[in-house]
Amino acid sequence: MTTLASQPAADTPDTVPMVDHDCAHCGLPVPSGLVVADQREQFCCQGCTSVYEVIHGCGLDAYYRLRDQSDEASKPARPTDSERLSAFDSEKFHELYVTTRDDGNRAVDLMLEGVHCAACVWLIEKLPRVVPGVIEARLSMRESTVRVLWDPTQVDLSKIAKALGSLGYPPHPARGARSAIHLAEQRTMMIRMGVAGAIAGNTMLLAFALYAGLFGGMEREFTQLFRWSSALLGVLSLAWPGRVFFQGAWAAILTRSPHLDVPIALAIGVGGIAGLINVVLARGEIYFDSLTVLVFLLLVGRFIQYRQQRRADDSVGLLFSLTPTNCRRVVTSGDNESIEQVPIEAAEVGDVLEVHAGELMPTDGVVEEGCASVIASLLTGESRPVPVEVGDGVCAGAQLSASTIRLRVSAVGDDTRVGRLMELVQRGVADKPAIVALTDRIAGWFVVAVTTIALAVFAFWSLIDLNAAVDHTVALLIIACPCALGLATPLTLAVAIGRSARNDILIKSGSVFDRLARPGRLLIDKTGTMTRGAMRVEGWFGDESIRALVVGAERHATHPIARAIVAHVVLEESSAHLSEAIIAVRVDSRGVTALTPRGLLQIGSRRYIEEAGGVLTKEYEAQTEAWGGQACTTVFVALDARLVAAIAVGDALHPDTKRSIAQLVQYGWDVQMLTGDEQGVARQVAGAVGLDTSMIRSGVTPEQKLAAAKHRDDDRAVVMVGDGVNDAAALAAADVGVSVSGGAEPSMAAADVYLARPGLTGLVELVTRARHCRGVIYQTLALSLTYNAFAIGLAAMGLVTPLVAAVLMPLSSAAVLALAMRGQYLTGPEKTMDREGAR
Amino acid sequence: MSVLYIVLPLAFVLAAAGVGAFLWAVRKGQYDDLDTPPYRAMFDDED
Repeated sequence: MTTLASQPAADTPDTVPMVDHDCAHCGLPVPSGLVVADQREQFCCQGCTSVYEVIHGCGLDAYYRLRDQSDEASKPARPTDSERLSAFDSEKFHELYVTTRDDGNRAVDLMLEGVHCAACVWLIEKLPRVVPGVIEARLSMRESTVRVLWDPTQVDLSKIAKALGSLGYPPHPARGARSAIHLAEQRTMMIRMGVAGAIAGNTMLLAFALYAGLFGGMEREFTQLFRWSSALLGVLSLAWPGRVFFQGAWAAILTRSPHLDVPIALAIGVGGIAGLINVVLARGEIYFDSLTVLVFLLLVGRFIQYRQQRRADDSVGLLFSLTPTNCRRVVTSGDNESIEQVPIEAAEVGDVLEVHAGELMPTDGVVEEGCASVIASLLTGESRPVPVEVGDGVCAGAQLSASTIRLRVSAVGDDTRVGRLMELVQRGVADKPAIVALTDRIAGWFVVAVTTIALAVFAFWSLIDLNAAVDHTVALLIIACPCALGLATPLTLAVAIGRSARNDILIKSGSVFDRLARPGRLLIDKTGTMTRGAMRVEGWFGDESIRALVVGAERHATHPIARAIVAHVVLEESSAHLSEAIIAVRVDSRGVTALTPRGLLQIGSRRYIEEAGGVLTKEYEAQTEAWGGQACTTVFVALDARLVAAIAVGDALHPDTKRSIAQLVQYGWDVQMLTGDEQGVARQVAGAVGLDTSMIRSGVTPEQKLAAAKHRDDDRAVVMVGDGVNDAAALAAADVGVSVSGGAEPSMAAADVYLARPGLTGLVELVTRARHCRGVIYQTLALSLTYNAFAIGLAAMGLVTPLVAAVLMPLSSAAVLALAMRGQYLTGPEKTMDREGAR
Repeated sequence: MSVLYIVLPLAFVLAAAGVGAFLWAVRKGQYDDLDTPPYRAMFDDED
């Protein structure tokens, strides 16, 4: 609706915009009808005028300068409707989102739309100057979330929210944003990394002194001082930040699952103990410099991977904030009736709520007043609207497609149908089979191999000299530490996750790549995944000049097809007033007949037009057939019984669906289509994308989808792709759940991957990247295992000293890292796919 | 060279102070947002 609201007022003549004037706020050309003579600043719409007035009025013009400096595409958002924001003052809202400080000031986290560049940070943090009473506003770019601290005695929250809205950043309560647990987790990881880094640096300094003493000679007294100091730092590093490796290894041993922490813990544990003993006995080698650096590097790698994963997770979580949080409650006191905005959580069973066209049902309920149609495609997969009348039940999450209804609440929260589906989702997550990461599997073999070799080396050297045997075995165990391996995999995955995020593919866990690298079974939901999920005009054939007339007539009809046509023309012409006057109109279930100044206009099905005397020519026949192949319904337009145009309306396939599926099949995936829709539609779609009818299942319930996702014929991965609440449980239970753009909140929460762009190109890219990623991991594995074999050989011969280890270990890590970071750019066919997907 | 017996512990104390400051900063939440501060650096102080 923002698009409409931002258009020129309805009575402005629709003329070509003049290039001379650019809007002072948004920079778009100003239509000549709105140009005000003798004024320096010109505006394209009322919205921009008011945003500019606020910014200018508060002396914040520097915003425009900053914005022009930043190279990001600048597109200031438009103001929002302020009615919604009045709910920000309700008690329930404060209870849910606001915290009160000891000094009486209050704080709230608000998620803002439209934050995109440095100028936004500057402008939003100047909020105290725009709204007196606001003490501080701190914006976090990553989360698009602002923390506002304000004095409740001076200003209401709704006023602050309205100010943000009028600056062009519509606020929403930040639900699902980064939780306190994640924040604590990040802080812990950062402390570990920082402490490990500080210790490693200091130990290195001591090590330099020791190595210098080795060549230049040093008094024994001072050598011991440095050795004791190194030991102190080394033990501190292993016991504090390095503890995670021992904990991880212990957990892996308890559950008898291989994990990379086991060989790491073995190496640093043995190294630490042997070094400590050697320090106490004042003999032999110590390896604390290598050990502390190792702990530090491994923690850095893990921190980077953690950050990338959380970034994706946070972005998905923040999308939840955009789903409606308010509802309109009808309050009756005596004869008076009023409507108040309250958070959804405040609605109780028995309340009466008002729902407007285009909104989602806030709760389950029974229609009390009004009749309309609802689209429950996110819940059921059925793409066509279902009519509802007084007495009919509706489900939370279904969208009202026309008019206004009143609803008596029958269930809220967890008791709604959506809530019950969410229970299935949680069970699905719990049942999910654990997959052991490739590196962890290798780690299992690695431990066995290294200990066997170590024992052999010890046995061999003990025949010659027992002391040498201990020293060489310890050196072997330390230098065999798979640190390159432990560093390379998280970084490879972090790079892959980061690059995917830039291409609108948000991945919540690195293990996704592991599971997608080998082809398996792919279950794809139809509505909203293969198709767009809503009725739309897909084509216009014939006379284009009658568009305005068609809109004029179709405005009177509430059928979804009529609404799709009106919406299409209005959007395309970018003008809300484009409709011609109609003298009289008659609407029935098959079509619309209107008396217009240009003649008798009829819009409807083929039969409707033919009965009225219209004749389909060859071109029209061919066009209708072509559209039928794309699963579209054709609507015909006749003027005075002469056919003048045909319009294709349908829940059309994404243009890339067929190619994407072909590509996935070529990779070896078994592609199956699951849909809650009826068989006819399902077959049409399957035919259009080139799927065999044996690979489709129609009329599937959420429970059946869940069963399909849980079913395993073999050990191949099961991947589920869907968008609706009805897919959520299956998404959670599948090895990899992929939720697509425009999906419902539960499905985003349940999925491992969120494709933030419509269609399946993202999935193809993801699979391609997974294969590529596996290739890179194999290369790094090969390199680091070769290095380890070489190092073990040296150690077995007794040639490894702390200095050799100190040089060899970082060298191998650097080589493996370079390999992991390199070549993560996709090349070849995938790249073309990227570009075409973006088009 | 026996000055090392004073200087080395002193160095450790300094390092520990640095680590302590780091811990304090992290726990106060100063590193919670790693993305926005680079943008703030662009602004001139005009008030």
